[in-house]
Amino acid sequence: MPEAAQRELTFLAAITAALKEEMARDAAVMVLGEDVAVGGPFGATRGLAEEFGTARVVNTPISEGAVMGVAVGAAVLGRRPVVEIMFIDFITLAMDQLVNQAAKLHYMSGGQLRVPLVVRTQCGATGSYAAQHSQCLEAWFLHVPGVKVVMPATPADARGLLKAAIRDDNPVLFIEQRGLYWSKGAVEEGEAGIVPLGRAAIRRGGEDVTVVALASMVSEALSAAGQLAEEGISAEVIDPRSLHPLDLETIAESVKKTHRLLIVHEAVAQGGVGAEVAMQAQLAAFNYLDAPVRRLGAPFTPVPYSPVLERGYVPNAAAIVATVQQLMRE
Amino acid sequence: MAAKSQLDGGTAQALLETMWTIRLFEERVTELCGTNEIPGLTHVGIGQEAVAAGTCSVLRRDDYVYGSHRCHAPAIAKGADLGRLMAELAGRSGGYCAGKGGSMHIVAAEVGFLSGTGVVGGTLPLAVGSALVCRDHGRGQVVMVFFGDGAAQAGLFHESLNLASLWELPVIFVCENNGYAEFTPLSAHTKVERLASHATTYAIPCRTVDGNDVGAVRQAAAEAVETARGGGGPGFLECLTYRLRGHYVGDPAKYRELSEVGEWKKKDPLQRFLEVVARHALLTAEEVEAVERQARERVEAAAQTALASPPPTIDQTESHVYA
Repeated sequence: MPEAAQRELTFLAAITAALKEEMARDAAVMVLGEDVAVGGPFGATRGLAEEFGTARVVNTPISEGAVMGVAVGAAVLGRRPVVEIMFIDFITLAMDQLVNQAAKLHYMSGGQLRVPLVVRTQCGATGSYAAQHSQCLEAWFLHVPGVKVVMPATPADARGLLKAAIRDDNPVLFIEQRGLYWSKGAVEEGEAGIVPLGRAAIRRGGEDVTVVALASMVSEALSAAGQLAEEGISAEVIDPRSLHPLDLETIAESVKKTHRLLIVHEAVAQGGVGAEVAMQAQLAAFNYLDAPVRRLGAPFTPVPYSPVLERGYVPNAAAIVATVQQLMRE
Repeated sequence: MAAKSQLDGGTAQALLETMWTIRLFEERVTELCGTNEIPGLTHVGIGQEAVAAGTCSVLRRDDYVYGSHRCHAPAIAKGADLGRLMAELAGRSGGYCAGKGGSMHIVAAEVGFLSGTGVVGGTLPLAVGSALVCRDHGRGQVVMVFFGDGAAQAGLFHESLNLASLWELPVIFVCENNGYAEFTPLSAHTKVERLASHATTYAIPCRTVDGNDVGAVRQAAAEAVETARGGGGPGFLECLTYRLRGHYVGDPAKYRELSEVGEWKKKDPLQRFLEVVARHALLTAEEVEAVERQARERVEAAAQTALASPPPTIDQTESHVYA
């Protein structure tokens, strides 16, 4: 494989690269959010204000609701705003503008208005940030027609999906799992490596069980698949990458081959993405299933603070191995 | 009185046309609600016409307007096509939004009416965002956003005023203070007597005007718009007015004293302006009569257009979810 146009970047640096590239490519792209002009809490927007000016990299007060609305009002006049909600927990403050305005204006206007908006936010229980800075809330937005939902698992996808999201003419919720920020991987440059929304990636081929894993659970699932291989269980690991639109075809094809399906996410299992994937997959491949579809997620509690509790809260490779072993006995 | 006498005949005629059109349009809407030709939740602002007519009369075609849930008046004042507007209220395919928006969600993009909203205060930040784009365009465009007194107690109102002030944006906040948030008088929702004082908090120039005096409204709006066009930042107008009908069509409005409604009927903005026009001889009696007659004809034609428009086909449910 030619390596010329690739470089090794962290997930965070891949986000920054995508923002820079899209801002350079299209003057309509702008960034808004708290502290974005100074790089934000994790440095994702570092250097953007210096390069593109503070008219396009707009620092905002702590007013998530109005800032989301400002982005919508700019988007309907042709801008392509990328709003940063510092923690997905705070998106609650912007729900009205995202759900009632951004998601519905194209529909309610009979197509007169478009809202090309990206909401970048991060999630996940790591570092004892506790219950109001750690949630995984992606499932809420699968229930909102008009919004697309993306959750990258690798630096390459972080860049490729963010570029695609910025070029999309709809509101896209772009969820970054904080635990992945400092992970490294090969990332392409220029127009290469753009990842269309709605296309899953098969991270490991397998024959006996399909494991659909979201974001940080992809690496846990791959680790689990390695352990399961030693027991003679061949697991196929699928990273859906975007949750809406969902690449059901890739998942269903896999299930038709393996006859077993497990969905893993860090979010609370109840009412999570796993339920929706399970529903769609069983409709598409019911006759191929040899066992009930299973899901693995966090327990039905707020995210705990203590490191001991937090570690126990997040699903891991061991839990995936155990669930697959049980699934294989069914 | 100075403001009124500053009006010339042409301006008076335009204001009168707009006010009559809004009044007759909303009276026709009320009738069509009664016969179920217009479904759903419909909010009319009969008695408040001077606010939209006066403020929008100083706007350019390339300016933008956002409305509240009571948004027919600013849409009409911004130049929306009456037939497409009425068809939208009737849920017909020929409506501005192809029958997918309805009374609270009017969008007439072709004339810069960007959206009403079903959520009180919901369009305030949208107006600020559009004003950000207008500022960067550098063509002197402004954004005007209408909202009621009920919105002034919402968080988004305060966040939006702060942002507009901070970024010195060309947006004019028009508070239609009709004294009631749905069924409750303003005094039961806040101890702040003058809602314009919120603008002072955020260092936005503000005026409280008699919202039933179309000349006074126009004059105050002209000053705010001129400032905003010149890069002088946002403005805030509190227009004191009253809705002569209920919160929604069909609301018996038993929460108000009949005597109160009677007092405000004497201050009907349309009648008051007709008196001003006559007193200052701004138009002849024949001209005044022609304005009303033509408005009536336009509204009736709009109703016929709307009712002749077919309803959307069921397959349209799933169009326009994503662009």
